[in-house]
Amino acid sequence: MSKRDRTPKTYTRLTHPLVRDSRDEPFRQASWQEALDRAARGLERNRGAFGMFSCARATNEMNYVAQKFARVVMGTNNVDSCNRTCHAPSVAGLSAAFGSGGGTSSYEEIEHTDVIVMWGSNARFAHPIFFQHVLKGIRNGARMYAVDPRRTSTAEWAESWLGLNVGTDIPMAHAIGREIIHAGLANEAFIARATTGFEEYRALVEPWTLSLAEKVTGVPARAIRELAHAYARAERAQLCWTLGITEHHNGTDNVRALINLSLLTGQVGRYGAGLQPLRGQNNVQGGGDMGAIPNRLPGFQDILDPATRLKFETAWDTVIRPHYGLNLTEMFEAMEDGTLKAVYCIGENPAQSEADSEQAVRRLRQLDFLVVQDIFLTKTAELADVVLPATAGWAETDGTTTNSERRVQRVRRAVTPPGEAREDIDIICELAARLGHDWKYADAETVWNELRSVSPDHYGMTYERLAEHQGIQWPCPSTEALEPTYLHGRLWEKDPARRGAPAPFGIVRHDPPVDLTDERYPIRLTTGRRLDSYNTGVQSGGFASPLRRGEYVELSPEDAEHYGVVVGEKVQVSSRRGAVVAPVWVDPALRPGLAFMTMHFPDDVDTNRLTIEANCPIAGTAEFKASAIRIDKLPVATIVR
Amino acid sequence: MTVTSLGIPRRLLEFTIDGEAVRAPEGSTILDACRAAGKDIPTLCQGDTLRPKNACRVCVVEVEGSRTLVPACSRRAEPGMEVRTDTERARHSRKIVLELLASSVDLSTTPQVAEWIKEYEAKPDRFGPDAARLNEEPKVDNDLYVRDYDKCILCYKCVDACGDQWQNTFAISVAGRGFDARIAVEHDAPLTDSACVYCGNCIEVCPTGALSFKSEFDMRTAGTWDETRQSQTTTVCAYCGVGCNLTLHVQDNEIVKVTSPHDNPVTHGNLCIKGRFGYQHVQNRD
Amino acid sequence: MDLHFGDSKPTDDERAAVDALLGPPESSWEGADRSDADLRWARGGREARDRREMLLPGLHAVNDRIGWISDGALDYLCRRLTVPPAEAYGVATFYAMFSVRPRPATVLHLCTDLACAAAGASELCAGVEARLGPGFSVQRSPCLGLCERAPAALAVRAGDPVRTAVSAPATVEAAVLAASAPDSAPEEPPAAMAVPQAGDPGLMLLGRVGVVDPASLDDYRAHGGYAALRRAFELGPAGVIREVTDSGLVGRGGAAFPTGRKWQATASQPDHPHYLVCNADESEPGTFKDRVLMEGDPYALVEAMTVAAYAVGAHRGYLYLRGEYPRALRRLEHAVAQARARGFLGDDVLGQGYAFDIEIRRGAGAYICGEETALFNSIEGYRGEPRAKPPFPVEKGLFGRPTVENNVETLVNVLPILTKGAPAYAAIGTGRSTGPKLFCVSGSVERPGIYELPFGATLGEVLALAGVRENLRAVLLGGAAGGFVRPDELDIPLTFEGTREAGTTLGSGVVMAFDDTVPLPRLLLRIAEFFRDESCGQCVPCRVGTVRQEEALHRIERRTGAAAADDIALLREVGRAMRDASICGLGQTAWNAVESAIDRLGAYE
Repeated sequence: MSKRDRTPKTYTRLTHPLVRDSRDEPFRQASWQEALDRAARGLERNRGAFGMFSCARATNEMNYVAQKFARVVMGTNNVDSCNRTCHAPSVAGLSAAFGSGGGTSSYEEIEHTDVIVMWGSNARFAHPIFFQHVLKGIRNGARMYAVDPRRTSTAEWAESWLGLNVGTDIPMAHAIGREIIHAGLANEAFIARATTGFEEYRALVEPWTLSLAEKVTGVPARAIRELAHAYARAERAQLCWTLGITEHHNGTDNVRALINLSLLTGQVGRYGAGLQPLRGQNNVQGGGDMGAIPNRLPGFQDILDPATRLKFETAWDTVIRPHYGLNLTEMFEAMEDGTLKAVYCIGENPAQSEADSEQAVRRLRQLDFLVVQDIFLTKTAELADVVLPATAGWAETDGTTTNSERRVQRVRRAVTPPGEAREDIDIICELAARLGHDWKYADAETVWNELRSVSPDHYGMTYERLAEHQGIQWPCPSTEALEPTYLHGRLWEKDPARRGAPAPFGIVRHDPPVDLTDERYPIRLTTGRRLDSYNTGVQSGGFASPLRRGEYVELSPEDAEHYGVVVGEKVQVSSRRGAVVAPVWVDPALRPGLAFMTMHFPDDVDTNRLTIEANCPIAGTAEFKASAIRIDKLPVATIVR
Repeated sequence: MTVTSLGIPRRLLEFTIDGEAVRAPEGSTILDACRAAGKDIPTLCQGDTLRPKNACRVCVVEVEGSRTLVPACSRRAEPGMEVRTDTERARHSRKIVLELLASSVDLSTTPQVAEWIKEYEAKPDRFGPDAARLNEEPKVDNDLYVRDYDKCILCYKCVDACGDQWQNTFAISVAGRGFDARIAVEHDAPLTDSACVYCGNCIEVCPTGALSFKSEFDMRTAGTWDETRQSQTTTVCAYCGVGCNLTLHVQDNEIVKVTSPHDNPVTHGNLCIKGRFGYQHVQNRD
Repeated sequence: MDLHFGDSKPTDDERAAVDALLGPPESSWEGADRSDADLRWARGGREARDRREMLLPGLHAVNDRIGWISDGALDYLCRRLTVPPAEAYGVATFYAMFSVRPRPATVLHLCTDLACAAAGASELCAGVEARLGPGFSVQRSPCLGLCERAPAALAVRAGDPVRTAVSAPATVEAAVLAASAPDSAPEEPPAAMAVPQAGDPGLMLLGRVGVVDPASLDDYRAHGGYAALRRAFELGPAGVIREVTDSGLVGRGGAAFPTGRKWQATASQPDHPHYLVCNADESEPGTFKDRVLMEGDPYALVEAMTVAAYAVGAHRGYLYLRGEYPRALRRLEHAVAQARARGFLGDDVLGQGYAFDIEIRRGAGAYICGEETALFNSIEGYRGEPRAKPPFPVEKGLFGRPTVENNVETLVNVLPILTKGAPAYAAIGTGRSTGPKLFCVSGSVERPGIYELPFGATLGEVLALAGVRENLRAVLLGGAAGGFVRPDELDIPLTFEGTREAGTTLGSGVVMAFDDTVPLPRLLLRIAEFFRDESCGQCVPCRVGTVRQEEALHRIERRTGAAAADDIALLREVGRAMRDASICGLGQTAWNAVESAIDRLGAYE
């Protein structure tokens, strides 16, 4: 099979500020002075109807300053970032259970565990270096189980792959829970000591017999039973998930259902036993930790807590609104009803990354004022009134980011940014100054030290120590010591006072995908990442990957035969929301009725015109993983070679 | 400092190197102990992130009671061992190994080897003008990296890094036998038809420059590659949440190569295609 | 494992060959048609990754059926075994008997090694090549282990089943017949023809060769078979090891390590399981004793392996048999099957509650696999490259477990040790080399073959027995890895210590006589070619050193004295580094024969 010669759209760096007087006009280059003045005016006139899109790819320091800008300069908690589109349910679910939104284990621990469950995670492609730690574990003797509708590269490493129906994770988890209880494998001591709500949970899962689960998930009862026993009997087990769990309309419930299994078996809070959500962006974890989310202040401290607010009000000399702001999803809804009129969007590309992208674009167009700060003229930037050229966080900026194992690591400037591009923090401070707040940050370390002074979990992490240890995991309250690599060891304490709040079982019910398949839309479309590409492809499109073959709609061999289509043939793919034309790829990892696409090539095939904006009511994440589509053969077959 | 498992404490072994008593933790190799004692022994196939393969045999030393010389890189130290690193016998074998390699392989980009050839008075030319060489042409079959097997000393490090020690992709193997053995993908196909996932973890461990970034290869060809003008800055990759540390090698404000610190707890020196090669977008400057 | 497969598909024949070995695939992930069950559940993991040891048999299965291994066949085999195709390709290209390029179904191997070269192999090659058309592949081969009948030819015709025919001594006519009609080629002479002493009642190791029916277990038992195993069960494992230790038996492969000590070291390892490996990869040029033992008295090896396994606590034994020995393979396969059917192998050997079975693994043309750790890698489905030692096999051998590896002759010696008792056995031979020894005598003698003599016989006595011809120029002891001695050194006692004192080696027992018609430089060049061909390529001294040695010998083929002096100095320097710094015995000994020819025979003077 010859690979398709498809060079993705390459983006060129922004080197000068761009402005325009009306959206009908093309951009023109402007001086920083003019662009910043315009931006400040645009934001000022929409005070009270403002939202901040911070960036899960930028540094902690930038996120700290961005949320401070929203809260102090604009007086709002409407600040969020694209973690909403991926891992907000993990944070929501983990905080509901344990009071803290981080993954509980470290990479190193998975090398020393006995059973690994990869649930809705193709880490081999999406998190390759994490998967190397998994492989070390496997080579050390761990047994890995994969739960995924597709038999992915990750699943090919598993002892057992369970190919469940999309959106039946809760039935699967509940059936595993029930089997563990009925087999007498529940960790009763841990349940009694460290959890609440077990009886309710027992009742909740009781109907989920293996045979009912087989009916609903499509996976043989034997396979579910084997996984249940392996997980419960392991001395140490790790449960890892990615977007296959979170990108559902009930993503937070999914996360809770998985956490329940760890509570049931005591597979949390010990070395080698824990829960590991894998983050999609370099600083999803850090963005939330820095308070660039509507409900938390820096250090993941709850806005509703008066003592916390007081601390920040004193530190920042301001008044913090005592209620949660709007999350990204709610901000988009607020654009629709006109209560949100101005957005300051830093480093995000929601015009292409949001589910139901046509709707997202329409809503962004409705804004009175949009300022976009980015390194490229993205599709979102094309909608803006002012575009501010920024530096690339990872190569042109100093600071820190926080990875999936809560490790805060130094980011350093290696190359000089092009043209007049400026660092995010500088730009935000310039705007703050124009809006009456004269912040002085000599460098990123100054910002970091301010954050350390207000966040106990980060207090011990000086830049010097971060360099010395090649990163430090939070919590790190002391400049003298390091904490264990895992969280929630407290749950195992004998002394109830030291044990703290018990972890509640999540009482969550199965709720199938919103976008049902039927005769008109008979195929379930699910989405994911490929190895060599990233998100909307703006960055990864810049290098010539020999693996890249552009966007395809991937079908099972049976479906390809059924529709009479061959590899390379273009077909129309339609959902209830929109349609795209894409060439066909045939992948035996798929079963009949299941199709797969990515969002790496939105300029060619805008997959998110198909996906549904059905959001998790708790976390606001959309159901990217489950749309109903149909495939139509085009009248004249175009074979792309 | 750390509160997690430290592992079982290791005993200290006592033995001698060149007549001097040394102590090394149980499990140390002779090479570890030599380096700790400040003795420099040349190595080529040894890698800090890989299990010793002891294929090149340039690190051989004499151990009392051993019929043959022993490779310092892989032989574990034992109590009471008497190691001699610089005897005529050891030096002779090192010299011959250097001569055999230099007479058959292009070592022009192998660090340090020129010094060793001088130090050991190796004369690779003495095998005559007809001495068999590898005679391989660089394989340029993709835009990311080049395989110049004329520079390959067959140290197996790329195979080990691609295989079960790190990447577990198994795209390459040693094929053939003896002097005709070469690193190859299945069926001697081009890389683009192989299992290769372009992580470049083979480049990271290649000791001779046989595997190199295409950017480095092109710059060397053009004569513009200049390490004295390069800076190395370690930062964090932006392509997912794993947090891999990247060391950006920058010449004239262009990223020309990406590596990762071998002692980094996240990567252990390994990266994926995006981290290793996905830097171009920041320098699409016009 | 997330393996990558290309678009090449196996032919029906290739698929059938693999499935005949492994059984039909169980799921579409392994190559069957897709079933509904495959869409929901797939098993993999450890079990799937543990099938690698079937790689070498799988490659044989395809090569036997088709004659070569195509991309599609290799991919299918890899899919079945969860082996990465690149690694399988590395393995397939390691062995001389496999081809990954199309070739004719019939391959005629013509031995051009020392004994055959002296017997006119080059004329044979030329004649055969002139006669055989493009439907045949003629390959010059290293020693085929048929030195008593030089020159030798081995024809292999792929098909179902694969057909083989041996022609030795081969004429052009006979070799062509063997290749073109292997089924109607004349039957090989019986193994006893290689034993000039056959029928001599004093023979301890060769006593049954030519006496018993090698196909009949009952005949074997009627001639004293399985008495040793019964005695072993009476003694218990510790008792057996004590007997073997007291007997003074040392390994006959060449290293002369005390067998009892090796067994004791393995038996006492706490790690389990333990394995027994019989090294029947007899490839040292000039060596053919193990072939004769296996062809003539196969049950003796089965019994001896059972005794050894019992002593060291192994329940599984591997017999790694040279790929160029088709008749020995047939005899042993039959013997193992018979023994299994009759309860001499299996879950309850002799009703003693002891479980043991033997798996036969066929080599595929690689001298290096005779090195004990290379042999482990070969069985495990990896390239036959030696491992670093330590750790030694008694601690970490096959599959990383404690393993005893002995060659055929060593094992067969265990039978008389048990039946006669250690003291009686130890009384044979000399103080430090006890028992009988087999010598492979070939070359310029009237009666080439295997001779069994007590240790201590002199070289001259052995040669006299074989009827050495006039004009003896040199004798090669120990094969290509051994050394030459002069005709005036015939009083060297053929013991391990005697040869060592004389500055040479006994090696595997090769005694190859050359008269003065054989050009010595040509002989040395053949030896150098052999090592260059057979070097696995893992370590630099051997991989490049063997090439440089051959180049230098080429340069001085027609030179002497001062004209050769520089190259001889170079050879010495390279040879010394090969001996000192190579990983394994191949590189360490690759210079021995050349050195001895220069120093002892005065070659190039």
